Amino acid sequence: MGHAKLPRKSTNIDMTAMCDVAFLLLTFFMLATKFKPEEPVVVKTPSSISSIMLPDNDVMLLTVDTKGRIFFAIDNKLKRKALIEDINSAKGLNLTESEMNSFAIGASIGVPLNQLKSYLSSTPEQQKNIDVSAPGVPTDTVATSQANELGAWITSGRMTNPKLRVCIKADGDASYPNVSKIVKTLEGLKVFKFNLITNLKAIPPGTAAYAEAKH
Amino acid sequence: MAEMDTSSGGGHKGGSGVKKPKKLSTRIDLTPMVDLGFLLITFFMFTTTLAKPKTMEINMPYKDPNMKDEEKNKIKNSVALTILLSKSHRVYYYEGIGEDPTKPPEVKVTYFSQKNGIRDEIIAKKKFVDGMKASGQLTAKDQMTVLIKPDSTSTYSDLVNILDEMNINDVKVYAIIDISQVDRDFIKATEVANGGN
Repeated sequence: MGHAKLPRKSTNIDMTAMCDVAFLLLTFFMLATKFKPEEPVVVKTPSSISSIMLPDNDVMLLTVDTKGRIFFAIDNKLKRKALIEDINSAKGLNLTESEMNSFAIGASIGVPLNQLKSYLSSTPEQQKNIDVSAPGVPTDTVATSQANELGAWITSGRMTNPKLRVCIKADGDASYPNVSKIVKTLEGLKVFKFNLITNLKAIPPGTAAYAEAKH
Repeated sequence: MAEMDTSSGGGHKGGSGVKKPKKLSTRIDLTPMVDLGFLLITFFMFTTTLAKPKTMEINMPYKDPNMKDEEKNKIKNSVALTILLSKSHRVYYYEGIGEDPTKPPEVKVTYFSQKNGIRDEIIAKKKFVDGMKASGQLTAKDQMTVLIKPDSTSTYSDLVNILDEMNINDVKVYAIIDISQVDRDFIKATEVANGGN
C-alpha cells in the first residue's frame, strides 16, 4: 500500500510447553482413573444424603437385582485366587487350575456352587450369557446352614482378607425379604457393620441434617 | 514459532539480500495436539469423580442368640415411634411400641413425601420427646427411638429412604426389626378402615 512497514509481531505462541503440561496431566488422570468393574446386572440404587465414599480396596460387593438374585464379588486378583482355592478345598469342587484362574480374573459370581465348575470353564462371553439367567448365589436366613452358600462365600472371603468391608448394592425395587436375607446372614456371621451403596441426593432444607451441614 | 514454515526462504525472514538455501522448519503446529490433550484430560477428570459411588454406613445391633431377655434394652413407650413399611411405598406409623394388643395404637398412614410425609411426624415426635425432657418427665438419658419394621411387601428403596430420614432428622437411636403378626394386622385394619387396598 505504500505505507512504511511496521515491525509485525507474530501472534503464534509456542505450544510445546502447553502440550507437555497437557499430556503430563493426561497421564496422571489416566493412571489415577479406575474404571468401573463390569457389572453382571444393571442395578439402580436408591438415593440418600450420605456422602461417605466407597473405599477403593478391600471391598466385598453383594449385588442384588430387582428379582432378588445375589451376585458376589471381591476386589484384588490375588485375594480372589486365594478365595477360590479356599472355597474349592472347603466344598470339594475339584476345580482345575485354569478354572480357578478364570475366577481370579473374572467379575461377580451369581451361580450356585454346583454350577460353578461349568460356569468357570466357559469363556467370558459365555459367562456373560449365563449371568443373564443365573439364579444368583443361594442364601437363607440361617447363616450356618449348608444351603446358605452366600454365608460360605462371605466366611471364606473374610478369611482370605480380614479387612474386607461388606457393601450391599441392591436395586431400589428389590423386595425387602431378599435384602433381609443378606442382612440376617451377615448378622449370623457376626458382621454387624456394613455399607449400603446409594446415590447422592441433596439434603432437604430446613431439616436437622441441613442445619448440621451448614455449620 | 509453532507452525510449519512452508513459505519460501525470501519474504520477511530473509532479511536484506542475504541468500539462504531453502530450509524447511522442523516446527509443527501443536495446537490441535494440545486441544486433544485437554479434551482427554476433561474426560478423565469427569469419569474419575463420577465413578465413585457413595455409601451409607449401617450398624446393626449386636445380636447373640444366647442373650437373656433381662439384658436387652427396654424402650419406654413414650419415646418410641414405630414405623411400618408396606406395599406401594406406604408408611404406617404409630406412637409407642404397640406391645399391648388389648390397647391397639392409632395407626396412621403416610408416604415419603417432602411435605406432610413421614418426616413431619418424626420431627413432631422429636419435639415431643424434647419437651418431655425439658419438663422433667423424661431423664436426659432417654432418647427418641424409632422402630423400623419393614413388611415383606416393602422394597429396598423404602428401607434406604427411612434410614435416610433418620440421618436427615438426626435421630440417634433406631432399629430395624422384623415385623410381627400384630403389626401386620394393624396394617390390614388400617387398610380396611381407609376403604380398600
